Amino acid sequence: MAVQFSQASEATIRQLLERYPTRRAVMLPALHLAMQEFPYIDDEVCQAVADLLQVPMVDVKGVATFYSLFPTEPHGKYSLEVCINLSCSLNGARRCLRYLENKLGIKAGETTPDGRFTLRGMECLAACDKAPMMHINNEVMHTNLTEAKLDQILQELSK
Amino acid sequence: MEKVLTRDIGTPNLWKLETYRSLGGYKTLEKALRESQPDDIVTIVRDSGLRGRGGAGFPTGVKWGFLPKDNRPRYLVCNGDESEPGTFKDRVLIEDDPHQVLEGLILSCYAVRASLAFIYLRGEFFLGAQRMQGAIDEAYAAGYLGTNILGSGMQLDVLVHRGAGAYICGEETGLIESLEGKRAYPRIKPPFPANIGAFGMPTVVNNIETLADVRHIVERGAAWYNSIGPERNRGTRLWCVSGNVQRPGVYELPLGIPLRDIIFEYAGGLHEGRTLKAVIPGGSSSPILTADEAMEVNSDFDALQKAGSMGGSGGMMVLDDTVCIVQSTYIIAEFYHDESCGQCSPCREGTGWMEKILHRIEHGEGRPGDVDLLLHMGTNIFGRTICPLGDAAVWPVESAIKKFRAEFEHHMRERQCLSGTLSIL
Repeated sequence: MAVQFSQASEATIRQLLERYPTRRAVMLPALHLAMQEFPYIDDEVCQAVADLLQVPMVDVKGVATFYSLFPTEPHGKYSLEVCINLSCSLNGARRCLRYLENKLGIKAGETTPDGRFTLRGMECLAACDKAPMMHINNEVMHTNLTEAKLDQILQELSK
Repeated sequence: MEKVLTRDIGTPNLWKLETYRSLGGYKTLEKALRESQPDDIVTIVRDSGLRGRGGAGFPTGVKWGFLPKDNRPRYLVCNGDESEPGTFKDRVLIEDDPHQVLEGLILSCYAVRASLAFIYLRGEFFLGAQRMQGAIDEAYAAGYLGTNILGSGMQLDVLVHRGAGAYICGEETGLIESLEGKRAYPRIKPPFPANIGAFGMPTVVNNIETLADVRHIVERGAAWYNSIGPERNRGTRLWCVSGNVQRPGVYELPLGIPLRDIIFEYAGGLHEGRTLKAVIPGGSSSPILTADEAMEVNSDFDALQKAGSMGGSGGMMVLDDTVCIVQSTYIIAEFYHDESCGQCSPCREGTGWMEKILHRIEHGEGRPGDVDLLLHMGTNIFGRTICPLGDAAVWPVESAIKKFRAEFEHHMRERQCLSGTLSIL
């Protein structure tokens, strides 16, 4: 069955179509809205975006698969995104990632069997003064991570 | 030293229009629209000598001057993609003082006669996008944006455009492609964005910090700006200090002060018992400096370039004596491989090969000739790609081998670190 945007999102997209110089330029804003409405960006979501923007569906898919923030496959309810770039690694980020791997019983890039957590090693998230750090679902930031802090975060999210 | 861009940061609710205005915000814009012509602003910015704070350090006024004198619509794009590892200053400006950036942006649009502007923020700046959108909404309501701004006849529409996790969008033509709703494949230049940029129109791309600087330069004049920093390197800079230091953070300092002062005075120096091993001064792509070089060099664009590195994006990563340079170089190589957009073969393949070779050297499986192979590979990537990502991937590897070759050789021979004592992998 074809998926559909909510009326509110569709209205937002229509407004943006008026403000951008081309229809296609609303691609990233539309995909961001899609992320709020759908669990991930599959072919049907791409088609829904394509219909609104009046561009070929393959163009939407080509864009969605290029950018790492648009998940094109199912993922956990909570995506734990640990920065493992240099400044964070100098402060123990990769130890934190391994700690989470052991706690969750999965490798970075994988999702727990219960579908609760996806663990990801990320490139620099521009908060190197608070290293090591991570995002959850790209929205919540946790900084100056320690094993105790990670325990606490996992406990909160497991409730 | 007087702070400029970070002067008000720390004030509660600074991101609200009311607070920003209570600290003198938007007075510069009001005055400029009343008393100055667009060309006056261009002249002030050109005479100030302001150099772009995104990475390349190109003079902003000169960049504006490249716009052709025709009647096509012009766009201004604010580059807030901030993805160069080690850089986190734009995040602070967007999250804490978005109106300052916006006032600089409106002044810049007035100067270059742009009536549509985009603020491209990396997708991970969730709070930043909220704060910036909030500031824009307030600015519309107060008459600083929209049609006939403050009765001057100026018109400006501003859109926050969120990226979605691709380092390559920091490169201005990659960013423009992304803005147009495409994969962020950088364009061959020329044509330059000043002539054919976003949507085929003349486009100016300026970094967040650069636009914030414009606000103060217009307020206080080119002569004031020229009183800060050495010749050709004027103004303050937001240094992002991270890594093995006591007080990592953003430090606004006049260009040209000794680099060692940034580390040892402002960032609180190293952890107890440690000594300085190396500094990566301007984001992970900038060539690494040995401790001796870092202790000698000044922190301006030209001095860092003369020392064989660069100020880049201002992301200064400090490495102490516990760090193995093979490991730190491997982490950087891993990043550039991950972020190569895949458009040019030398970069797409070469960054992967460099990562792979560094991985095997690090894991004690290096083959004879691997170190020279890395250098050879660099010469086959450098300068042979559409955008500078290829060069950016080569600089850290090449400089690390040149300056710390013994560590690489030791890894090959002994299958362990020469001096690094704490694994960061």
